[in-house]
Parts: sequence; C-alpha cells; structure tokens
Amino acid sequence: MKMELIQPFINAADAVLADGLKGPISIASLTMEEEAYRRKGVAALVWVTGDIEGRMVIDLDPETAVRVASQFAGEELPSSDVLVKETVCELANQVVGNAITSLNDQGFHFRTHPPVLHTSEHGSKGSEDTEALVICLETTSGDVYMNIALRYKQAFLQGHSAAAGRQAG
Amino acid sequence: MEQFAAVRRSKDGQPVRYLIVDDSVFARKNLARMIESFGGQLAGEAGEGLTAIAEYERTKPDIVLMDITMPQMEGIEAAEKIVKQHPEARVVMVSSVGYQENIVAALQRGARHFVQKPVKPEVLYEVIKYVLGDDALVANAAGA
Repeated sequence: MKMELIQPFINAADAVLADGLKGPISIASLTMEEEAYRRKGVAALVWVTGDIEGRMVIDLDPETAVRVASQFAGEELPSSDVLVKETVCELANQVVGNAITSLNDQGFHFRTHPPVLHTSEHGSKGSEDTEALVICLETTSGDVYMNIALRYKQAFLQGHSAAAGRQAG
Repeated sequence: MEQFAAVRRSKDGQPVRYLIVDDSVFARKNLARMIESFGGQLAGEAGEGLTAIAEYERTKPDIVLMDITMPQMEGIEAAEKIVKQHPEARVVMVSSVGYQENIVAALQRGARHFVQKPVKPEVLYEVIKYVLGDDALVANAAGA
C-alpha cells in the first residue's frame, strides 16, 4: 500500500482526534497485517469506492471508547449508551471524510459510504494488494486503532499507464 | 460549551429555528448543543434526505444544517429538492467530505454555504450570521 494513500488518513485522524479530545496525539505503532482482521472493541467501518477502493476501520477497546465518546460528547456517558457506538462511527466518518477531501484535491476521485458498526469478531482477510496497515494512535483517552486497506482500482492504474505511455511517446 | 451572543430573527425577535439532518445521532446531538449556545431552537431532526424534505414541510425552519453522506437520499439531492420547492430555504451543508467538487455541487444545487466537520462552533456561528444576513439580529452582551 502506498504511503501517499495513508498519510492523509494519519493527518485526518490526528486533526479530528486532537480537536475532539483537546490533547496531543502520537503514533505508537504502525504495522502491516495480512491476517484476518480481529476487532478489539467498538469498531466502525467505512467503505471507499472510486479510483481507490477499500475500507478503513476505527477500533477502540470498550473502556477507551467510553472515554473518547464522553470527551467528544462533553458529558460522561455510561458504557451501555448507544452514543458511544455512534461516536465511534462519526469519528470514522470524519477521519475518512477529511482524508478523502485531501486525496480528492490531489486528483483522486472517489466517494465514501456511511459508516457501519463492525460487529463481527473477524473481518475479511487482506490479500496481496489489499493488505491492511494498522496504526495505533496514542491519545490522552487511550489507544485508537486505525486499520486501513486500500488499493488502486485496476481501471485507474490502466488509465495512468496509458497517460504515462502517451507522455513518453 | 462556549456561549455566543444570541442570534434571533430580525422580523419578530424570536429564536432562529433549525432543522438538523445527519444520519449520526452523535452529530445531531452535537449540532443541537451548538445551536442552543447560539440562542437557537431545534425545529426538527432527520437521519436522511427523504425525511428531511418531509420535516422541512412540517417545520418550515429558518436554517437547515444538512449532512452529505447519508443512506437512502444524500444531502445534496435533498437540499436541491427542498430549494426547488422553497427557493427561500437556507440550507447549510455540514460534512466531513469537503473537497471542491462536492462544495461546488452543493452550492450549484441550492445550498447557501458549506461547513466542514469536525465543526468548530465559532465557524458555524459566523456562517449562520452570514447566511441569515439582514434577517438576523445579534443580541448585545446585555442580552437585548
């Protein structure tokens, strides 16, 4: 997976989390994952389609999810509150939306789909061209995991190759 | 949350009435808190475009705060349908997807302004005053 696709997601997550949590954000770890995705707690998934296809999952352990949601909501939320899951979904929506905005301004065209709560224990396994990058972001409320699996759509790559060929010719 | 000088309707001095459209309950709640801090009143809520059109007809709000990415009917289409029926409608798009094409599409189809998520209250406050123009009255510090 190309770093040019990932960096906007890191920047967006940094901006959205720093704004909502009013504290510093840092990258604790960054790993490639080819095994099936295993949910850590409250997870929200957003699909992306267009020149680039794939998905991004925001995942927080249950205690962190409550702390983060409470901070975003401006009030203490009980762990059972539906708003905790809603907040994680909106967090994913905002991170993807801001990243897509940046990528779109660089010339990629695609759209995002509404976030869905990821409820199964395992996600789909990454393949050679959709291996997932897992980024652990350290926040004052706990660790926030971002699992990103994106790839260029074949038609987009072919279009770019043809354009490069024309330029070379 | 920070309190702002209340924005009221200049025609009758009543609070500005808002319709909030977003598929996220969290986002709706967050926006509702902001408009409360502006001295506004929540006229209605909707989680997608079709319901938003019905709610507009029912509540006739002064301002619609409309998300873009929603199930069933997306925000830009809903804004267009509302403005077609009610050219006076003031629709402000509120979305995390803020690339130029999206903003231009929204404005061409009737939206008055665009605010990117995460929404900063001070930004939304200024946009609301701008969109209302002479139809808004900003209370002074003494709460007049």
